[in-house]
Amino acid sequence: MDRIDMNRLKTGEVNLGTSIMAVQFRDGVVIGADSRTTTGSYIANRVTDKLTHVHDRIYCCRSGSAADTQAVADAVHYQLQLYTQMSGGPPSVHTAAALFQRICYENKDALSAGIIVAGWDKDVGPSVYNIPLGGGLFRQPWAIGGSGSTYVYGYCDATFKEGWGRDETVNFVKNTLALAMSRDGSSGGVIRMCVITEEGVERLFVPGNELPKFWEGQEVLGKEVKHAEEAAPMAVEA
Amino acid sequence: MTSIGTGYDLSASTYSPDGRIFQVEYATKAVENSGTAIGLKVKDGIVLAVEKLVHSKLLVPEANRRIQTIDRHVGLATAGLLADGRHIANRARDEATNYRDAYDAPTPLKILADRLGLYVQAYTLYSSVRPFGISTILGSVDKDGPSLYVVEPSGVFFGYNGAAVGKGRQLAKTELEKLNLRELTTREAVYEAARIIYLVHEDAKEKEFELELSWIGDETKGVHLPVPKDLQRDAEAKAKAALETFE
Repeated sequence: MDRIDMNRLKTGEVNLGTSIMAVQFRDGVVIGADSRTTTGSYIANRVTDKLTHVHDRIYCCRSGSAADTQAVADAVHYQLQLYTQMSGGPPSVHTAAALFQRICYENKDALSAGIIVAGWDKDVGPSVYNIPLGGGLFRQPWAIGGSGSTYVYGYCDATFKEGWGRDETVNFVKNTLALAMSRDGSSGGVIRMCVITEEGVERLFVPGNELPKFWEGQEVLGKEVKHAEEAAPMAVEA
Repeated sequence: MTSIGTGYDLSASTYSPDGRIFQVEYATKAVENSGTAIGLKVKDGIVLAVEKLVHSKLLVPEANRRIQTIDRHVGLATAGLLADGRHIANRARDEATNYRDAYDAPTPLKILADRLGLYVQAYTLYSSVRPFGISTILGSVDKDGPSLYVVEPSGVFFGYNGAAVGKGRQLAKTELEKLNLRELTTREAVYEAARIIYLVHEDAKEKEFELELSWIGDETKGVHLPVPKDLQRDAEAKAKAALETFE
């Protein structure tokens, strides 16, 4: 079989060139995403909601083709409703992830979808499942996805700790996404987050002008720039 | 039965004027002719036991088993027509694999019983088919603990703490009611099951029989397995001894 081509969207197809992530913590999960949707270089939507409800305590983060991932999420949402009626109780996150995985694997040649499934269930508590392009299924304490994620693997590896509470986890997600959005041209806009616990789902919003800032060059940070009269080595200030 | 000669008992697709389906009732008669099968739901597992009547000395011992495995964690025991029991077991296996494929998880027994109930019921609807001549005991240990169901020829199914079907079911049920099933371990339940099967066989003791025993529990790590030979031998010896004191 040929290798999977990551850049095989049809011309004009709407893309979620994206930064998404999900992190497990003591009482639940925090999921987050940027809000940029593009067709080529045109931003088709700058306030997109990529955090998609599939059940009461289970959400997914979508990356890849907007059309494909919406269709897959709709199909899983339907199957989970059916499951709830049949079994007389809410599905586990694993069940939801297995349904996503099946569709992604069986249609891998036709789909361009990288999905993170996360939520809370009474069997295992909080959990995060990553379903990357080929349709594999991996349970992870944290997962990042989309084009922006490639810039922040190191940051996540160096920062993530087990046993965090809600606020630390929200900050981790917010900072990671801000870093990814600043480097990735296909990510940007605002940060949307959800905190999913046994009690419910809380939505959080960070507007584009309130994104956490890191080192971005002195010009951007607004410090005074000294111009040397003559060519001199670049000064690095404390 | 006042149905004979009225013509209302020839097809499963025709009601009698008072609202009965005689073919389904005849199917339950086929179950009543069969050796007894029982199921016990206890603290940490399930025990299934069958009184398999051996109608010829030429038959190979342990052949034609009436306890079958459906999935790693599901066992099934039938009373009634042997061939119907094997057909229903195959159907149950299909249902269990389909569930595993769809949800990547072992089937909850409630869902399996539900699917089998639907299947059995469909055979009470058409003149071209005959209802199943079996009652099926399903036992499993799933993520919510042990569970036990019985599917009848009509397609109805109920959950039980202790179940008995076949010829000696009445006596078996009264014996089951005497047990404190909630406190029993699976190992203790094996002895009780063997004792009950030997007891209910008393009425038909002119016939030879083989005891089939299987269990699912902590000792089998949630897998449906035949009871080990040495334990079965011990349980049968104790059952025979108990019979002599019972009289």
